[in-house]
Amino acid sequence: MNDANVYAVKTLTKKEYFAPGHRSCLGCGEALAVRLVHKALGRNVITASATGCMEIVSSPFPLTSWEIPWIHVAFENAAAVAGGIEAALKVLQRKGKISDKKVSVVAMAGDGGTVDIGLQALSGAMERGHKFLYVCYDNEAYMNTGVQRSSATPFGAHTTTSPAGTVVPGQVTWKKNMPEIAVAHKIPYVATATPSYPLDLVNKIKKGIAADGPAYVHILSVCPTGWGIASEETIKFGRLAVQTGFFPLYEVENGKYKITVDFEELMPLEQYLLPQRRFRHLAEDTLGYIRGRVAEQWEELQKRSAE
Amino acid sequence: MKKRVGMEVSFAAAEAVKLCNVDVVAAYPITPQTHIVERLSEYVANGELDAEFVPVESEHSALSLCVGSQAAGARSFTCTSSQGLALMNEIVYITSSMRLPMVMMLVNRSLSGPLSIWNDHSDVMSIRDCGWIQLFVKNSQEVFDHAFIAYKIAEDHNVLLPVIINFDGFILSHMFESVELMEPDVVQQYLPPYEPKYALHPDRALTMGTYGMPAVFTEAKKAQDEALLASYPHILEAWKAWGDLSGRHYHPVEEFLTKDAETIFVTLGSFGETAGEAVKALREKGHKAGLLHLRLWRPFPFDAFCQAIQGARNLIVIDRAVSFGGPGGPVASEIRSALYNKEKRPGVYSMIAGLGGRDVTVRDYMQMFESVTAGKASAYEIFGVRG
Ligand SMILES: Cc1ncc(C[n+]2csc(CCOP(=O)(O)OP(=O)(O)O)c2C)c(N)n1
Ligand code: SF4
Ligand SMILES: [Mg+2]
Repeated sequence: MNDANVYAVKTLTKKEYFAPGHRSCLGCGEALAVRLVHKALGRNVITASATGCMEIVSSPFPLTSWEIPWIHVAFENAAAVAGGIEAALKVLQRKGKISDKKVSVVAMAGDGGTVDIGLQALSGAMERGHKFLYVCYDNEAYMNTGVQRSSATPFGAHTTTSPAGTVVPGQVTWKKNMPEIAVAHKIPYVATATPSYPLDLVNKIKKGIAADGPAYVHILSVCPTGWGIASEETIKFGRLAVQTGFFPLYEVENGKYKITVDFEELMPLEQYLLPQRRFRHLAEDTLGYIRGRVAEQWEELQKRSAE
Repeated sequence: MKKRVGMEVSFAAAEAVKLCNVDVVAAYPITPQTHIVERLSEYVANGELDAEFVPVESEHSALSLCVGSQAAGARSFTCTSSQGLALMNEIVYITSSMRLPMVMMLVNRSLSGPLSIWNDHSDVMSIRDCGWIQLFVKNSQEVFDHAFIAYKIAEDHNVLLPVIINFDGFILSHMFESVELMEPDVVQQYLPPYEPKYALHPDRALTMGTYGMPAVFTEAKKAQDEALLASYPHILEAWKAWGDLSGRHYHPVEEFLTKDAETIFVTLGSFGETAGEAVKALREKGHKAGLLHLRLWRPFPFDAFCQAIQGARNLIVIDRAVSFGGPGGPVASEIRSALYNKEKRPGVYSMIAGLGGRDVTVRDYMQMFESVTAGKASAYEIFGVRG
């Protein structure tokens, strides 16, 4: 797949489909991911967005950052709306009412709009087999409403509804494994990505949109505001998440697992966790627990991609 | 050329939707709406209707999916009842604010709890202010005809609003009635293929569903209200054109013996049929009774309504839903406020009746009439409650 990296660089457009001037915070990893995803997708695309940071920063009437057709309806239904767009294109092309130009359909949502409130609509759309790409921009909390926990918030993280108190050490549940839930739907393409590895991300988006059926790409999107890091450290923390095994980059193509950014040895987890404000309260026993589960997860993934 | 057949009303509804040549149908089953979706899925399975039938996992997704398909330029259809509508609620409001001209059939059923699959109007009254054009039809032919009429109204570029066709669950949806079918070419002539004013397509970048800061929100809502009010003449036009074509003429309010009536029943939906029998019986006894059926609920046809009840001393408004803790039934309250500024206004008696499938008989109407004309009725009453 090294060739594909070269391919991606050469074909990545200079054109911005998610235009500058939007209102995201400085150093927003989610905005960066959205920008890269849409560069990878090109112009023949229709995107349906859930409510969340990216919707709010890009579409205050009468302004818009979108240089492509884009629709926002509500928080939990991006997959259903995208399914409707896909159904419409299919039938209108069949009836000859619109040109038969290939148009990609994409749904986008945050982790809250995906793993929590939007899970039902997403599962339904994947099960029905709409040909569309679903992109989850995971910044590991409900950022738009002020950093509340979601089921994608990592264990131990402090958020405004999983506060690190004297009795409870922040989030007490393990991050819901959404890519695995997508894999369980037996869809042709599932992947994880992060803008800190832009070529890997672009390749995966291109593969996802070319897949013959639903595709799901889960993008770790560093949020300086919610995580408590400096705005110029976004890329660094995205890399650390991958290099420590906290957020492995892999893809599952027709059921076949492959780690796309592999390491002989993982970096120590503390280097990723402790500089972040949301984790700085972590005591050694909690850290030990996280270390154990991350190692287990990594091993499992290694095993699967060797199969 | 004209063909009259007997069929279940739900099937007549599905037949009409098929004749509308819809592009996308997304719906989720709920009693008493089920027969419509089942029949539509059969049409698609048998190649009788070239549409995408999407068996969604919930009503929330049914309407969301239709928002997507309609926004991409496809003529879209959904139908539901009761809890299904309640689950859709969030998207119902968004659909109208996005000016998406789709059609929904709402087969009216009570809202839980207690759970009841039977008919009343508590489902639709929960979305009274949703910004859709809302019609109430009362027999098979009206259901059938209004599929075409609803799309005609919705897709008019002067309107561009979604339309709900309300009809009563079971007492209408599951009846076997005669209906005069229309030839596809006649329907085509009335309802040409959908020409979207705006559609999502890469040929033109378009942002839909922006958010409104306080500086624009009020203006957006005012514009939406004006659009709904301004749809009125176009609704009349669509009815007129259908009348010219089919010989069946529809009006926002339908009057039966109201001209010299002193006491007028006001109903929505199929209850008008029995109320009409009661009015006939009262007339035979020499009472000046009349009946007014409100076919158009939103936009509310104030002028036509006031015209129709001119000279009446009493209005008995039958509401099929309770506005808990409120001043009366939702329809009665609205009528009261509509009449408040009139110099000469009738007494408005709000009677809640026919909840959750409870029958309201000719005798019941006669009893309401007697208590009102004898000055014994209170302004607001839940009628016929057993002790
Ligand atoms: C039905 C509903 N419930 C709650 C909200 C409030 N709300 C809007 S965005 C949001 C959180 C979004 O979180 P996420 O999906 O993770 O996106 P992010 O803002 O983090 O990018 C919430 C709770 C809503 N808009 N609709
Ligand atoms: S809160 Fe986080 S995700 Fe939202 S705009 Fe700011 S940096 Fe981006
Ligand atoms: Mg989030």
